Amino acid sequence: MRPDTGRVAMTGNEPGALAMKQVRPDVVAGYPITPQTELMQQFAQYVADGESETELILVESEHSAMSAVIGASATGVRAMTATSANGLALMWEMLYIAAGYRLPISTMLVSRSLGGPINIHCDHSDAMGMRDTGWIMLFAETAQEAYDNGIMATRIAEHDQVRLPVMTVQDGFITSHTTQVLSILTDEQVSEFVGIYRPKKSLSNFDQPMTYGAIVLPDFYMDVKRQQAEAMDNSPRFVEQVADEYAELTGRRHEALESYRLDDAQVALVVLGSAAGTAKDAIDIMRERAIAVGLLKVRMFRPFPRVEVAEALSRTRAICVLDRSLAMGAPMGPLAADVAASLVTGRRAPPLYNAVYGLGGRDITIADFEGVIEEAAEVAQTGAPKATVRYVGLRGNEE
Amino acid sequence: MAIKLRELTQTPELIAGGHRACAGCLGVNAVRQVLHAVDRPVVTTSATGCLEVTTTIYPYTAWQTPFIHSAFENVAATASGIERALKVLGDEGAIPRKVKTIAFAGDGGTYDIGLQALSGALERGHDFLYVCYNNEAYMNTGIQRSGATPYGASTTTSPAGRRSLGKTQRPKNMTDIVVAHSVPYVAQASPHSWRDLATKVKKAMDKEGPAFINILAPCHRGWRYPMEEGINISKMAVDTCVWPLFEVDEGEWNLSYRPRRKPDVADWLKRQRRFDHLFKNGGGPVLDTIQDTVDEDWAKLLERCGEPPKTD
Repeated sequence: MRPDTGRVAMTGNEPGALAMKQVRPDVVAGYPITPQTELMQQFAQYVADGESETELILVESEHSAMSAVIGASATGVRAMTATSANGLALMWEMLYIAAGYRLPISTMLVSRSLGGPINIHCDHSDAMGMRDTGWIMLFAETAQEAYDNGIMATRIAEHDQVRLPVMTVQDGFITSHTTQVLSILTDEQVSEFVGIYRPKKSLSNFDQPMTYGAIVLPDFYMDVKRQQAEAMDNSPRFVEQVADEYAELTGRRHEALESYRLDDAQVALVVLGSAAGTAKDAIDIMRERAIAVGLLKVRMFRPFPRVEVAEALSRTRAICVLDRSLAMGAPMGPLAADVAASLVTGRRAPPLYNAVYGLGGRDITIADFEGVIEEAAEVAQTGAPKATVRYVGLRGNEE
Repeated sequence: MAIKLRELTQTPELIAGGHRACAGCLGVNAVRQVLHAVDRPVVTTSATGCLEVTTTIYPYTAWQTPFIHSAFENVAATASGIERALKVLGDEGAIPRKVKTIAFAGDGGTYDIGLQALSGALERGHDFLYVCYNNEAYMNTGIQRSGATPYGASTTTSPAGRRSLGKTQRPKNMTDIVVAHSVPYVAQASPHSWRDLATKVKKAMDKEGPAFINILAPCHRGWRYPMEEGINISKMAVDTCVWPLFEVDEGEWNLSYRPRRKPDVADWLKRQRRFDHLFKNGGGPVLDTIQDTVDEDWAKLLERCGEPPKTD
């Protein structure tokens, strides 16, 4: 039975803060950075009003934010933070350490470009910079998903078969600062869903003092890292378990991948984040023009669901993977490279190319997507992309 | 009441033997002395450095306390998270309320790369003790100059040469920087003066809020003296007033030790081969400069502590 859930209008940062309050972290570290700032302001207000009992540490940098939550998490309490862009970059060293120590920290990333030149608007260059650090990464298309991911992240991270940090990502401004209608749970529902986190092994166990962060030399290091990789590889089934339980509670089921009109599609688009909504509208329009196009939205970017991605795309005739970031000097953008690698190890690899869009907050419109789909439909006919990497929405002609 | 050596010997050994620090290391010795003076459960954390790499070689650990190392520049931030988590657990009765967090770092992790995190944690007022074991250079990476390296010392990145005297800048006054944060307790200590060190640790542990102890930790590999000489070297640093012992307790400056006779700094310098080059051609103006600086700092300290100025 599904209890009544409230419908509210909120910007994406507000449900981020609400989810943070509702999972009842023991310790949160906060530091301002656009466009995440509003999330931490809202959370600080919850604390100031006594609606949250969290110990809020207002640190002097994001490096210290991640360090403080590492200290708190290792001491055996639930610890979280949130950030954007350069803030995440400053945390980078500590992201590896949080994951390597198997600490169940969840963090909210409000995605923003990583200059220079400086730019405060959305792209995924911040998130892509951390993709190999050992965090599970969940992307949101909408404020609803940002909220749902924010709640599920705690359960996933703390699952005793997972014990990995989780980054939930929503698009800066596009999602974080626009008002959307979403369903929210009550504090009690969330509290019951996430439970209490009090691990047996921690720095607060004085009967069995433990050392975190020993120096591991070549005789053991590789084996330790292999174990960590195994934990990452094994995590999808537990992510799914949590998603099942969440669906039971809310009626909203979040899969690692979401397919939209993909079953009979000859042309496939692949995207992360908020652009999926615009893509779906464009797909509906192009379907009326008899172009068999569909979408694969990647919700769980780490671990990358390579088998499922290959399976979902192997029957198509052309694939355009859209990246909201650049991987300078690499063969393709990060998402495209992962999709390509998944197809190579799958049964069949249809022609694939990469379209870069939306850097530094540049809009991607339905008309832009129509152009992308038309070009991809041509590739489905010819079997040969015009280029490995295309740019969408540049000033003037690309050629 | 003065602390008795017998009492300290009866406290548990919280840094186990068998760690891989150099014979004669006064950094680990200082940490051991600190831990002998604690009278309650503690969670310890350390910055990257000699202490961490020599005490935690996997799958072994010398730490008999809960311990975490995470990175170089962040020990005070890590301690901030630990301290707040311990408060949560203490409030709910899961652990005793009196548990304290102790952060350890060398001078690199304190004076230089860790200064921002330390300043932030002091300003926020976390209830923790921060101990700097100051060996006056980056010893773990092989004796590179730091913000704590004394004027004229030869290090691997400030080597003495035909056109160089070694380090050409004065060390920053880290203890003063901490005092400027108006925290409850700040002190300087030295491993040769075990009773003073233990007394200061006990005072620091009883404070609510941040406490900072800067302990001189001579390193025979970096300072280049015979390894059994460390305690004498630290005693001479204090007697020459290169490293005065004092505390700032709730803002009140107290001198902990006043040498009866203040030997020339040159007597201390010439026992360490990092200063060898200063004595070529019979020393000279550089030695005078060093002596003058020490004398000025000492006079200023006496004034702050309300002590009469004349020494001899």
